[in-house]
Amino acid sequence: MLAAVNISQLHKQFGNLHAVSGLDFEIPKGSFFGLLGPNGAGKSTLINIMAGLVRASSGSVSIMGYDVRHNWRQARQSLGVVPQELVVDPFFTVSEMLRLQAGYFGCKSSAWIEELLDILNLTDKANTNLHELSGGMKRRVLIAQALVHKPDVVVLDEPTAGVDVELRQVLWKFIKQLHQNGHTIVLTTHYLEEAEALCDKLAIIDNGKLVALDTKTALLARASDRFLCLNLNNSDISHLPHLIKSKVESFIDNQLVLRLDKAQDEIGSILESLLAVNIRFSDLHIKEASLEDVFISLTGKEKA
Amino acid sequence: MNWYGLYTLFGKEVWRFVKVGVQTILTPVITVLLYLLVFGSVLEEHVQVYPGISYIAFLVPGLIMMSVIQNAFSNSSSSLFQSKMTGSIVFMLLPPLSSGEFYLAFVGASVVRGLLVGLGVWVAALLFVTLPIYSFSILLIFAILGSGVLGALGVIASVWADKWDHISAFQNFAILPLTFLSGVFYRIENLPEFWEQLSYYNPFFYMIDGFRYGFFGISEVDVSISLMIVSVFFVVVSLICLWLLHIGYKIRN
Repeated sequence: MLAAVNISQLHKQFGNLHAVSGLDFEIPKGSFFGLLGPNGAGKSTLINIMAGLVRASSGSVSIMGYDVRHNWRQARQSLGVVPQELVVDPFFTVSEMLRLQAGYFGCKSSAWIEELLDILNLTDKANTNLHELSGGMKRRVLIAQALVHKPDVVVLDEPTAGVDVELRQVLWKFIKQLHQNGHTIVLTTHYLEEAEALCDKLAIIDNGKLVALDTKTALLARASDRFLCLNLNNSDISHLPHLIKSKVESFIDNQLVLRLDKAQDEIGSILESLLAVNIRFSDLHIKEASLEDVFISLTGKEKA
Repeated sequence: MNWYGLYTLFGKEVWRFVKVGVQTILTPVITVLLYLLVFGSVLEEHVQVYPGISYIAFLVPGLIMMSVIQNAFSNSSSSLFQSKMTGSIVFMLLPPLSSGEFYLAFVGASVVRGLLVGLGVWVAALLFVTLPIYSFSILLIFAILGSGVLGALGVIASVWADKWDHISAFQNFAILPLTFLSGVFYRIENLPEFWEQLSYYNPFFYMIDGFRYGFFGISEVDVSISLMIVSVFFVVVSLICLWLLHIGYKIRN
């Protein structure tokens, strides 16, 4: 099956900085793909190479089978990019900007633009100048601009950064709809719970290198730990057995969280040890490791 | 070739300056009217550059061409550099537009603005003098080539510049002196020997001289030489501009 994006032995150097170092993977057609990594990992450089905004030092990238250097017209026609920054051209209104953007791609039909305005709740703002819009509205316009030419692959670079909860839900719904309509979605996000909720396949990049590439389920299964959360009846844990003390993740407001090794620590034994030293609890639950835990264990860094 | 994309980008660049027409068309016309009032009125009685041609009649073609080329430069440089600074240039870099299409759209729009301002100055100058037209086609060729050269220089300046200061420096330390020292206000033959010889190395002189020939049928150098020099200058500047766009100098990095 044809890959939506094929990245092969990709390198990019900015002076002495190796921003992308031998990336080599595919993004399957029709997937909802998460591209994660700490700040400065090389995500934006990779997206910029895909979009033709930056030229690779070596290696190749193709979009829907079209090489971004040799078949750049077809490659760009197949790609829609929602940039991270809230960039607008202050000379034009929303409607004018969308028509111009469609025109650059050779698209003359205005029916799709009207539909986009409607779907993204921009119809009321169609004749408003771009610089008069709120941040959330600008974000919607950027998404509409990326979709004016109905690209097969849509790259969303931090689409929900700085937007309120309500708009985030609207955008999630819209992006899911795009995916259901057959678009391949490539998402970078700082919110790992967002990637966990939306993506079916994930790549984690660190220092320009690929450190993990797997389905979300397989990636989550990589986590070696789980968390046992206990609501204690009192706040004195000074007499915790030494073995359990080493597993304490946190103790806040009488809630004791223990980090347990999935393979080695038996929950039954842990509970027995606690009861043996007369530590009582009113409630307990087990929390499986999140994508953030996997991310931290792979990159050693706190946030994507 | 992405013809519709080229047409759209060209249209957008024209639309942009039309939206702020007071600043981009009317203001340059008023500025030239002030030049005519000051220089024309003061020097009219004292200077005759060519026999049978009043000073104000001599001055108007130079001022028209000066407005044409300065506004052509302003158009491409300000539009492209503003896009670069705000980041909205990304909307023009993501679509399938080649460096050639990019060049044609920006330089084409600069030529249109140059010609519109030139026409405005010509009409406004009718208040002072009615010029003969020796050859309309010569006028048009020099106006298009001149504005094309400056439109391409505007693209080069905006691609190269990192801040508005750089654009301003390009305009004030290169374009403005070359324009003022090109024979807009005088015949270079009347200059001291050194400055006269130096003026022959100024390509802007040939734009002004050739354009003036279109009105009066007389010029300081043979019009075919002017046409050749301006054409070569246009080709050289365009090739540099296309090369910078092709390699993505400071815009695709």
